[in-house]
Amino acid sequence: MQFGIFTVGDVTTDPTTGRTPTEHERIKAMVTMARKAEEIGLDVFATGEHHNPPFVPSSPTTMLGYIAAQTHNLILSTATTLITTNDPVKIAEDFAVLQHLADGRVDLMLGRGNTGPVYPWFGQDIRKGLELAIENYHLLYRLWREDVVDWDGEFRTPLQGFTSVPRPLDGVPPFVWHGSIRTPEIAEQAAFYGDGFFANHIFWPTEHFVRLVGFYRQRFAHYGHGTPEQAIVGLGGQVYMRRNSQDAVREFRPYFDHAPVYGHGPSLEDFTSQTPLTVGSPQEVIDKTLTFREHFDDYQRQLFLMDHAGLPLKTVLEQLDLLGEVVPVLRRELDALRPADVPDGPTHQALVAASLADAGTELETSSR
Amino acid sequence: MTARTIAVVSAGLGQPSSTRLLADQLATATARARPAGTQIVTIELRELAHDIVNSLLTGFPSPALTEAIGQVVRADGLIAVTALYNGSYNGLFKSFFDVLDPAALASKPVLIGATGGTARHSLALEHAIRPLFSYLRAVTVPTAVFAATEDWGSADRSDRALTTRIDRAGAELAALISPRPPAAEADPYASARPFEQLLRNR
Repeated sequence: MQFGIFTVGDVTTDPTTGRTPTEHERIKAMVTMARKAEEIGLDVFATGEHHNPPFVPSSPTTMLGYIAAQTHNLILSTATTLITTNDPVKIAEDFAVLQHLADGRVDLMLGRGNTGPVYPWFGQDIRKGLELAIENYHLLYRLWREDVVDWDGEFRTPLQGFTSVPRPLDGVPPFVWHGSIRTPEIAEQAAFYGDGFFANHIFWPTEHFVRLVGFYRQRFAHYGHGTPEQAIVGLGGQVYMRRNSQDAVREFRPYFDHAPVYGHGPSLEDFTSQTPLTVGSPQEVIDKTLTFREHFDDYQRQLFLMDHAGLPLKTVLEQLDLLGEVVPVLRRELDALRPADVPDGPTHQALVAASLADAGTELETSSR
Repeated sequence: MTARTIAVVSAGLGQPSSTRLLADQLATATARARPAGTQIVTIELRELAHDIVNSLLTGFPSPALTEAIGQVVRADGLIAVTALYNGSYNGLFKSFFDVLDPAALASKPVLIGATGGTARHSLALEHAIRPLFSYLRAVTVPTAVFAATEDWGSADRSDRALTTRIDRAGAELAALISPRPPAAEADPYASARPFEQLLRNR
């Protein structure tokens, strides 16, 4: 089981002080959080990708490369990489370079992006979002697996005899997650390729996602990648902790009430009862997070959102210290429950081993 | 003929509400015109007002609003009645239909009604409310029913105009519902295309 944090990279005013961090401060804070994530024993740091204010992470591989140089074990990932408006060739190149620099500690989560104007800014049309996600990923998939690619699609200049360089480290492309909150076709896409499916269920009721993840699992098996239980599932989470539950609620409430996503809407109490948001003691976070497995079965990656709504870096780092106490308990519990034939979270080493095993089987078969 | 369900959405803001009174009478008239039996579910938007605004902000409905939306979507017919404000549907009424999936009412028979202070507002039904349901691709019945304050207190027993309109509208809705197959909620998973097809059609 892999645990990590993901950040949207928003520049938001702290509602309790009125202070807004500079873009520079926010970018550096994201790096500090990533280093802290490694220090407290997390497995993954994932950054969002945005091309409009008030967000800063427009160039994820630049940031992840910088973090790679300052960490040793952390997997660098995204939440999400825009498969609709980025050129898949550039994604292939950028993440391959990052993968080499980070010695394989890289994967990525693909998403479509829901900000209308970003599409035309990059020459695309949001009404074609699904088609873009399907075609662009198909090209990306091939660029990482075929040394020479000929390509003719609807959305991009054709390619003749193109080789995406560098080739993936050890001949094994970065693992890919497909993220969606409501689109069965994206779950279908993840299942078709045998890729991971990430359901960021933090802003919506769990029941909605149970069906989406169940659909992915069933289609994963349909396409012959294993049993439904062996499909690779990631989930979001959002927590605010203090030793005493009441302190957590009191401190987080002003951030909740003004949060960009749900602020000025439902009460903190309604939202925590209707969504996976947990505001309380570390034990309450453990208890709530363990219920995710009851809804979604054994899964491979749990990412927490810890730094939005204007929470200052100091508070976020305190939260990460508490998360560092929570995660070992969750890891122990969830790893113990996971059957032996359900895979652990994907790593480069595991993918290399699997690819060698496949090659070995083929060799054995052909020599017989 | 199987028993059918009619959802009644009432957007009166007062309590008690003349909008609800009109909604109930429209429901009764429709049920009367359907001898096969009709189940009526009534949704008072006033009780869901906060949930509707929250849903607009967060993108997901609360459990109570989910239930109400499900009742509307699964109903074989809809009676939608609003109190008029500033010459049009009130904000609560519009907000409820704004949180529905845009295709949720497609081809659903709908009877529209409105209440207002005087008959001068009656055409709001035709210039504001009917176009909303046209946009949603619902099938509105020809008779829309407006009730002004004075319609409720007419001492003249011969002045049966409101009752006549209510009965006619109810009969029109009943006639639209009966020949149709029972309504069913769209299932996005059932209609999801296999990936080979998505890839081919890209």
